[in-house]
Parts: sequence; structure tokens; C-alpha cells
Amino acid sequence: MSDNELIWRVAGGSGDGIDSTSQNFAKALMRSGLDVFTHRHYPSRIRGGHTYVEIRAAAEEVQSRGDGYNFLLALGDSFARNPQEEAYYGNEEVKPLSENLEDLREGGVIIYDEGLLSEEDVAELDLEERAEENGWHLYPMDLRSLAREHGREVMRNTAGVGATAALLDMDLEHIEDLMEDAMPEKILEPNIEILHEAHEIVSEEYEFTHDLRVPEGDHDDEQALLSGSNAITFGAIDSGCRFIAGYPMTPWTDVFTLMSQHLPEMGGVSEQVEDEIAAAALAVGASHAGVKAMSGSSGGGFALMSEPLGLAEMTETPLVLLESMRAGPSTGMPTKPEQADLEFTLYTSQGDSNRVVFAPGTVEEAYEQTRTAFYIAYEYQIPTVIIYDQKLSGENTNVDVSFFDREPAPDLGSTMTEEELEDAVHDASGKFHRFQHDPENGVSPRSLPGQQDGRYLATGNEHTPAGHISEDPDNRVAQVNRRLRKLEAIRADLDEGDTHQTYVGDDDADYGIITWGSSQGVVEEAVARLEADGHSVKAVGVSEMMPFPEAELAEFIESVEEAMVVEMNASAQFRGLLQKELGRYGEKLTSLLKYNGNPFEPAEVVEGYELNVEGSGTDPSAQVRLEPAAGD
Amino acid sequence: MSAFNAIGDEREIDRDEFTPGLEPQPTWCPGCGDFGVLKALKQALPEVGKTPEEVLTVTGIGCSGKLNSYLDTYGFHTIHGRSLPVARAAKLANDGLEVIAAGGDGDGYGIGGNHFMHTARENHDMTYIVFNNEVFGLTKGQTSPTSPKGHKSKTTPHGNAKSPIRPLSLALTSGATYIARTAAVNPNQAKEIIKEAIDHDGFAHIDFLTQCPTWNKDAKQYVPYVDVQESEDYDFDVNSREEAQEMMFETENALHEGTVLTGRYFVDERPSYQDEKKELGEMPEEPLAERYFEDDYDWERSYDLLERHK
Ligand SMILES: Cc1ncc(C[n+]2csc(CCOP(=O)(O)OP(=O)(O)O)c2C)c(N)n1
Ligand code: SF4
Ligand SMILES: [Mg+2]
Repeated sequence: MSDNELIWRVAGGSGDGIDSTSQNFAKALMRSGLDVFTHRHYPSRIRGGHTYVEIRAAAEEVQSRGDGYNFLLALGDSFARNPQEEAYYGNEEVKPLSENLEDLREGGVIIYDEGLLSEEDVAELDLEERAEENGWHLYPMDLRSLAREHGREVMRNTAGVGATAALLDMDLEHIEDLMEDAMPEKILEPNIEILHEAHEIVSEEYEFTHDLRVPEGDHDDEQALLSGSNAITFGAIDSGCRFIAGYPMTPWTDVFTLMSQHLPEMGGVSEQVEDEIAAAALAVGASHAGVKAMSGSSGGGFALMSEPLGLAEMTETPLVLLESMRAGPSTGMPTKPEQADLEFTLYTSQGDSNRVVFAPGTVEEAYEQTRTAFYIAYEYQIPTVIIYDQKLSGENTNVDVSFFDREPAPDLGSTMTEEELEDAVHDASGKFHRFQHDPENGVSPRSLPGQQDGRYLATGNEHTPAGHISEDPDNRVAQVNRRLRKLEAIRADLDEGDTHQTYVGDDDADYGIITWGSSQGVVEEAVARLEADGHSVKAVGVSEMMPFPEAELAEFIESVEEAMVVEMNASAQFRGLLQKELGRYGEKLTSLLKYNGNPFEPAEVVEGYELNVEGSGTDPSAQVRLEPAAGD
Repeated sequence: MSAFNAIGDEREIDRDEFTPGLEPQPTWCPGCGDFGVLKALKQALPEVGKTPEEVLTVTGIGCSGKLNSYLDTYGFHTIHGRSLPVARAAKLANDGLEVIAAGGDGDGYGIGGNHFMHTARENHDMTYIVFNNEVFGLTKGQTSPTSPKGHKSKTTPHGNAKSPIRPLSLALTSGATYIARTAAVNPNQAKEIIKEAIDHDGFAHIDFLTQCPTWNKDAKQYVPYVDVQESEDYDFDVNSREEAQEMMFETENALHEGTVLTGRYFVDERPSYQDEKKELGEMPEEPLAERYFEDDYDWERSYDLLERHK
């Protein structure tokens, strides 16, 4: 992370086109050679409600959002509700400005649309006075009128971008190119006009009092701007997944939508069905019949998938499910990230868990681990769940295009061909022994309906090698043990390849930070800052939740004096998992927890660390909680 | 070359091929109507030219769900109420398969009712047999969605306050394109109806009256039965939605008044879901499952999708 960074926040109303505006601006920054990272804040509402997107850009790798930000483009909320006296939601119209002042750094820049935000509303904010206090630089501009003059009012976003570029001394070339790619002819021309006009007005008529300018950077490789949802979709496509079934639920809908757009073009099948029980059951049915299949949902929908998930475990049907967490319980906070479905995902459904769970921490990891998830699911005939959250799902960052230049892996894993079936074990009535007791790694190869000599019964009841329902104790123990052996084999298989855990900091550091899933990027940045301040600290971002990488984590904890576990939930679920899996180290582990609906910022982790591990520093902000160590 | 050579196999089919040689032997109670479904299926399948390994029978949970334990085909004994979503996906994955789903009245009209409605609506090309014994058999005789009003059981000690569901009418309004009712006591009709259902291109629903002598009525209570096509008392057009609706309503009422009406109620030629999806370009012409065995298939890559993200 470098000191010269831009964190641009564009704020407006939901439905005002903030998403596409910011997407294009992020791409323009990326094309200019910068690394970018976006963070999206939005309400669970279609039209209106304050929303913003933050784009962090710097010459060197940025892997999380920053602390606060330094450039605000405050548009209006054109769908704001008319506030009655004392409405609990307050004056929505001015929120794109008022709600964003808190986080604006000292010396920050503000452009606001004085065409949309009324003078009285702005006056009530004491904006001038606060700007003076904080060294902010105010650039009010009538973006709305400018947009109206050349086209339509909705084009005021473009005016805002033009003004931003002028204040940052940023070339319009990339922005224009992107507009040409994205916009239909009819609206392109007026938008280009507006862009240039806004740029000109600001350059010529405004006196610049700020120092902030766009950073300069350079990429060796061509870049693509991608979210975690894009990456999961790509991982699935490259694994030969050609069937998805689902039911919309935020934030899982992102992957479901992307897959539904791509699959038909590839001769695949996407099914939006009546509920999530059906969705998971369809994925089981498709996989059973020989197609690589997936389904998924977010908390509530995933709860409905519990029984089909158990069916996949018992019938050893390969399957990849997504659990895209949001803040719970129940409907919770639909558009807010949280990591509180970990225990639920590991253990939901009756009986002993027999599944694999990955929690990728970055966009690249999301792609990589989706591929691994499909490989494991089909090779070991076991459901594999990818657990992630609204944060990873929606954050965009730049990735080397060459990262994706590799061979697809459509292989069906431990599935037999008809030639192989001819020589396989059958019982006297001709049934194929699909569930043999003896395979050492637990995997008994399967046949597919329609193949000669492969018929058998798949059943959620306990069953014999041919699939017949059986409650015989010897058979029961043999089958349970065999299914559990698969987890050992998978653990060994994972240990053989490159680790899915991400380590940062000096190997010999005295203190550790442990995190999982999407909190990884923030922790990485916190470690960099702590190191720069002379602290001896390292961190690990854990991705393998089940089977657990015991040896790796034991080694990490052994190597430090103390460790702080960082996660977005209220009951320290991952710390609980660590203690359960390792059976010791309780006295060495403290927790830093956040569950207010917003992801950690690096400074919160830094402060938490100083207080927690070193007993110094200031209290973390009111909405981050410390949980002291507890002995075993 | 196909990787699924059981599909479309034109060989002679022996009458006993669908009977497992050894175990398992059925564990249904003596006199149970479920034997009737099994027998009718074993006869119908060879007659429509199907071999055991091109048929996938997908069942729910209940006494009825054991069907594929005793029928020698590819089988998937799923979970309570979920046979239909599993079955229809298997058909989407490989539409060469002959997919038959089956389960109880509790399984299909109760816990799985939502799937019944939607699978019928979508008109998946498959057969669905509901073993309607008007009771929860496996869990010991509780009132089911088809139990008559006033039905007493351990969970309804004062009698059932609810009126029974109307399975035929429900199938019709939901969108099924072949709807029939038959009975275990009438094996010949049952066999013929199953054959028609299998041959039908679309969602074929058979409400199969199966006596449960242990918890409910025995076989005697389903005779005499009347075939509405053969009886002179009934005259309606199975291709007419309006006339079918009226006839179904009468049939559903009559059952609880002691008259067992059976036969074909509705036949419609609406295109199946598979055909609709293919028409829209949302499903490949070749079965998807074959692709994984094609050596020279050029698998699409995400690398070629990056343009719009640059
Ligand atoms: C989710 C779930 N709920 C309840 C049960 C218990 N159960 C098994 S079969 C059954 C009802 C069986 O009735 P029906 O579907 O009519 O089948 P039948 O036994 O009469 O053939 C019930 C409630 C279960 N297996 N799963
Ligand atoms: S309980 Fe009823 S339905 Fe079940 S096997 Fe016995 S007779 Fe048949
Ligand atoms: Mg029943």
C-alpha cells in the first residue's frame, strides 16, 4: 500500500445508476495502470435509499477497502421519500452528502450536486464550517442542469465523473473509451458532451485548493476487473459445470444470474425453480445423471437445502453448493456482510457431517477454490460447499488476464465407463456394486443411469454395496467408516498441493492474526501497517474449513506467543472451530469481532491488535468487540 | 457413439427382467395395494420396449417409496417429498432416460405439494405415479392430505376437520398434460394407463388407488370400480379441459361416497418442457450427459469471456 492513493466514493440513491458509473470509473483507473478495489454499500431497496460505491486506487496492490476515503462525489437521491416531520429515516434527499461526511479524511475533496440538493438542506449541515475544521475542499456544482442541457437529467452521473476527472487531473481517454463500449449510440453522444463540458467548466472556472491528484501506475499484464461472484462463475465454467438450479436470494443471486447468462450459450442448463429445497434436489438429480452441477443460496435458502445436502452425502452424489452469507438470523440484513453462517454450513443436516467446505479470501482464491471444489466433489463423490459473503461477492478488483489462461477440467472424476462396468463387481441379480466397503480412500466408483451393466439403487437410507436398504450393524459400520475415510483422503490430497491458506508477514514474528474468508484482505493490509510501525506480527487467512488443516494451524499457533482471531460475527465461530479441531491453545487465542453490517477497516484491526495482543492503544470503535482468551 | 448404450437398446425384453433375481423381497404387508403398482410396472415396461437400464425410477419416502427396491432399474430413493425435483433434473441432464417418479399421497400431495404443482406446470416429460392410500402408511396410519373429512387417526382423535385434496383437479389446474386414476384392484387397466403415461410427451400424472389394509381400507373397499371410459353412465371428452374438470370433480367426490371411478381424465398435446427449452436455445439437442464422454469436445473457457471485464 502506498501513501498516494485515491479513494473515490460516489454516493446517490439506489436506482440512480451508481453501480454502472462506478464500474466504468474503476475500469478507467485500472486501464490507466492502477490497482483498484471496490466496496459497495447499498440498502435492501430497489428505488431510493442512500447507496455508495467506493473505489480505492493506487499504484501498488490494494487488497481491501481503506480507512475512510478522500474524494466524495455526492449526487442526489432522486427516489428519496418525502420526509414527514420526524420520520425515522430522516431527510433522504441529502443523505448522499450528509451520511458520508463522517468517514471523509482530513483534506478530502467534495463535489456535490447543488442542482439536486437544496440550499436549505445543505445549509443545515454546517458544511462550510465542518470543511474548515477538517480541511475539506468543497466544489459545489449544478450537475443536474448541465445534464439536462445536453441530454437527460439521469446523465448527471457523467457530469460528476467529468468534474472528478478535472479535479484529479485525470485524462478522459479511458473514460471515453469505456463509455463507447458500454453505451448505445443514442445516449453516447450527449454523455460525451456532458463529460467534456463538466471537465471544462471545472478546469476553467474553479479554483483548485486541494492537493490530491490521481496516482500513476503501470501494469505488466493486461487486467480484468472482477468480483468474487465473477470468479466463482468462471471457476465453475472452467470445471465443466453445465447445470445450475436456484432461487433468487441476495447475495447468492449474483452467481446465479451470471451462470444463467453464460450457460445457455455453452449448451448448458439453468433452472430457476420453486424453492431452494427443489434447487438443491435438482442439482443432486442432474449430477446423479452425469452432469457437473451446482446450486446455492444465502442463509435462509441454504437452510432449506439441508435435507438434499444430507441426501448427497448419503448417496455420495457429487455436488457443489454455494453459501453466500449475509447478516442473520432470519432475514437479518439482506445487503450486509457477515460471517455468521460458518457453524451452520459445517453441520446443518442430520447425522455426522460428510462434506468439504472452502472459504476463499480473495477474487483469485474464489476462482481457484471453485475449481478445487469441483475436482474434490467429483473425484471423492461428496458435496462441497463454498462459503463466502456479500463482501467477496460484490467487491471488484483487478486480476491479471493471464491468470485465467489455463485448461478446462471437465472430468467427471470417479465415474465409470461402460467398458469398465463390464468388469466391475455385480451381485447375482446383476446389480452393480456401487458402494463397496473396501476402497482404501473411501471412493467406490459410480455408474450413470443409462449405462449398460451399471444399475443400482441410490438411497438416503443406509445401504449395502449394491444399494439395498439395510440396517445390518456390520454393513453400517463399514459404510460409515468408508465415507469418513474419504475426508482423510481429501485432507491428504489437499496437503499434497499448494496450500489454500494465505500467509503474510515474517515467519519468525512473535504475534499472529488468524482470519478466514473475505476478511483476509483487510488483515493483510493491517499486518503491513503494523509491520511498518515496527510490530512483530504475521497472519494467516484460512480457507479450508472442512476437513480442517489441523497441522498447518497448529504450527502457526505454536510459532507465536499469542494470536488474535478476526471474524465478522458475534460468537467467535471460527475461533470455536479452531479450538474444537486443535483441542488446545484456548489461552492463546483472543478474538476481534464485528457484526454491525459493515466489513472491518484495516485501522480497526490495527487498533484491535494493539489493545488485544499488546494491551496498549486506544479502545476500538464502539462497534467492534474484543473477546478475551478462554482456557480449554 | 453414445456413452449410454442401454438407451434405445432395441433387443427382446424378457418379462422377468424387472424382477430382481434374489433379494430384496418386498416387505409390504400382505394385501397391500403397492404390490399392484409394482406388478403393473413390471408388465408395462417391457411392453413399451424399455430395458431396465434405460429407466430411472425416482421415489420419495413412505411404504410406496420402496418401489424401486423391488423393481430392477436404475433407482433413486430420495427424501420425503422430493422425488420430483430430483427426477426432472435427471431428465434435463439426459433426456434419453425414461424417468418415472413415484411416491405416496403424503409425499406427493403434502410435503412435496409445491413440487407437484410446479413440475406439472412446467410439463416435464416424465411419468409420476402417486400411490394414493389416503393415509400415511409408513408412519403408522396418520391422516394424510387425501384422507376424507372426519377420518380418525392417532393424530386426529376427533376426526379430520379438513376436506381432502383433489389430486386430479390439482394436476389439471397446475398444467399436467396426461391425468389418469387407476387402482391396484384393476391390474389390467393400471398396466395400460402406465403404458400410455410413459408414451406421453409431457408430465403424466397417475393417481393410483392403493389399498392399505393395515391402517385403512382393504381391497374389497375398492370394488366394484368403474372405468369411466367403458361405463355408459359417463360421457366426456378427455381433450376438453372443461369436461375433464367436471368429471374429475365428480370422481373425487364419489370416492368418499363409496363409488370408485377410474380411467383417463385429461390428455393434452402441449409441448413438453424439454421441447420448450430447446426451442428457446436453453437446452442442447444432444443429451448433456453425453458431452462428458466426448473426447473431442472443445470445452468453453472463462478466458474467452474476459473481454467485457477489461
Ligand atoms: C422430512 C420428513 N418428515 C417426515 C418423515 C417421516 N415420514 C416418512 S414417510 C411419511 C408419510 C408417508 O405417507 P405417504 O407419503 O402417503 O406414503 P405411504 O407410506 O402411505 O406409501 C412420513 C411422515 C420423513 N421421513 N421426512
Ligand atoms: S402399512 Fe399399508 S401401505 Fe404400508 S405396506 Fe402395509 S399395507 Fe402397504
Ligand atoms: Mg400414503
